Amino acid sequence: MNALSIRNLRKTYNNGFEALKGIDLDVEEGDFFALLGPNGAGKSTAIGIISSLVNSSSGLVSIFGHNLKTDLSRAKSCLGMVPQEVNFNQFDTVRSIVMNQAGYYGMARKLANQRTEYCLKQMDLWDKRDTVSRRLSGGMKRRVMIARAMVHAPKLLILDEPTAGVDIEIRRSMWKMMQSLNESGTTIILTTHYLEEAESLCRNIAIIDQGKIVEHSDMASLLARINIEHFVLDLAEPLDKPPIIPGYQIERVADKVLNVEVPKKMGLNGLFVQLSALNIKVLSLKNKSNRLEQLFMDLIDTSTAG
Amino acid sequence: MKYSIALRTIIVKEIFRFVRIWPQTLLPPAITTALYFLIFGKLIGDRIGTVNGATYMDYIVPGIILMSVISHSYANVVSSFYSTKFQRNIEELLVAPVPSWVILSGYVSGGIIRGLLVGLVVALISMLFDDIVINNLTITLSVAVLTATLFSLAGFINALLAESFDDISIIPNFVLTPLSYLGGVFYSVDMLPGIWQTLSKGNPILYMINAFRFGLIGVTDVNIEVAYIITGGFIVLLALLSLLLLHKGVGIKN
Repeated sequence: MNALSIRNLRKTYNNGFEALKGIDLDVEEGDFFALLGPNGAGKSTAIGIISSLVNSSSGLVSIFGHNLKTDLSRAKSCLGMVPQEVNFNQFDTVRSIVMNQAGYYGMARKLANQRTEYCLKQMDLWDKRDTVSRRLSGGMKRRVMIARAMVHAPKLLILDEPTAGVDIEIRRSMWKMMQSLNESGTTIILTTHYLEEAESLCRNIAIIDQGKIVEHSDMASLLARINIEHFVLDLAEPLDKPPIIPGYQIERVADKVLNVEVPKKMGLNGLFVQLSALNIKVLSLKNKSNRLEQLFMDLIDTSTAG
Repeated sequence: MKYSIALRTIIVKEIFRFVRIWPQTLLPPAITTALYFLIFGKLIGDRIGTVNGATYMDYIVPGIILMSVISHSYANVVSSFYSTKFQRNIEELLVAPVPSWVILSGYVSGGIIRGLLVGLVVALISMLFDDIVINNLTITLSVAVLTATLFSLAGFINALLAESFDDISIIPNFVLTPLSYLGGVFYSVDMLPGIWQTLSKGNPILYMINAFRFGLIGVTDVNIEVAYIITGGFIVLLALLSLLLLHKGVGIKN
């Protein structure tokens, strides 16, 4: 069964701006799905419609088979939403924010208490349960929103840029937490501007641009489309000029640093054989840019040109 | 009932909100009305004599109580719901399976409870200055509850339509306060010259204050049944309008 199914979804705002131009999207149950796109592409509008915060102009959205228009209550019960910006009452305590949300979902007090304790412990916030939320750090506030979204045990969790603006340590702990939620059976839809995050966490991906889905496939086959990879080589000895090796584009960026474009069909072995033959010793090598980032930019450029 | 827990959650949250900030919500009316009773009721009232057979202090107590109920039930809902919109906490309710009527009932209940609590505080203060024997408890309570309901609904609509904090102060300052003061809190409409008497009878607050005054001290300028019809009619009208606006997502979606 699809966790989320969208058909011909359109949204035109009152000022005439057409944010969504008839998108179709399917997210399978259990998936870890990335919804990517540049700012203003329509991601937030799509998420807003799915989470009932924005009225659609036309089209169909169903969550675990429950149509948002005809079976709204059940559709909402399946969904948990973690917004981009903090949207809880900053004068409430951490516990009351999560408890109130449980109440809105009709959870009896005893169960609400149990679920609140479980979710706050999962988010490592139990010690902060009686703290007024405005006193929390940015990372903690985001975790409060995740605990709040999880309190009714939704089958589908949407996280809208959950790691934006948080330090790398918190980001990594949130990745771990998201992976663990997904492994426990929760379908996750993630939007992010950190493409390496999407690449390492998500199995399937959709890219939205100018209100249209420009790519919708699994991550592996999308990445397989990359024909050229960029590497940075750190050398043992300085070079005056870049070596010329047929089939590879090599650029000298510093005395001991080379940028190399490696066509997929050529591979790295040939490059190293040639470099050794030229008596150039390589100390280390790394990917110059994120692979998905390159593809993303290519797709967005194509979409804009079209 | 399916949505009783959600409704209770909103009501409890609303009560905690105004109790938590009691120096802003419950204390000021106690001080303001004590001054009203002292200045208008005691110092000036003793020189005025009687109005429609009641002492001036007896006459103004019901109006001042109901005026407090009106302003605080309105203020509670308009400020709470607008803040909820402004801080985007409203999204917590919109993503959850909470129907519009539950959201409306929850916030309006919060307004009614604060309005009645403030009314009670003012009534207790009035007892320091006056001895009132309630003429008809049912009418007194029912008019207070209906009036609090009506102005909570009005506050809710104001909050839905408001786009800035200025928008939530315009109606209370420029509509509600003048209508309350001109609604016969301090005088009987019989004391006004012809045209002003007619104009005053177009003010719905006049009917509520007089019905409440009748419940409390047995004196009124208007027909009690008409007062109930007007109040009930406005409640139905504003409740339907609130539900329509909520259903369409006016002020809270997009």
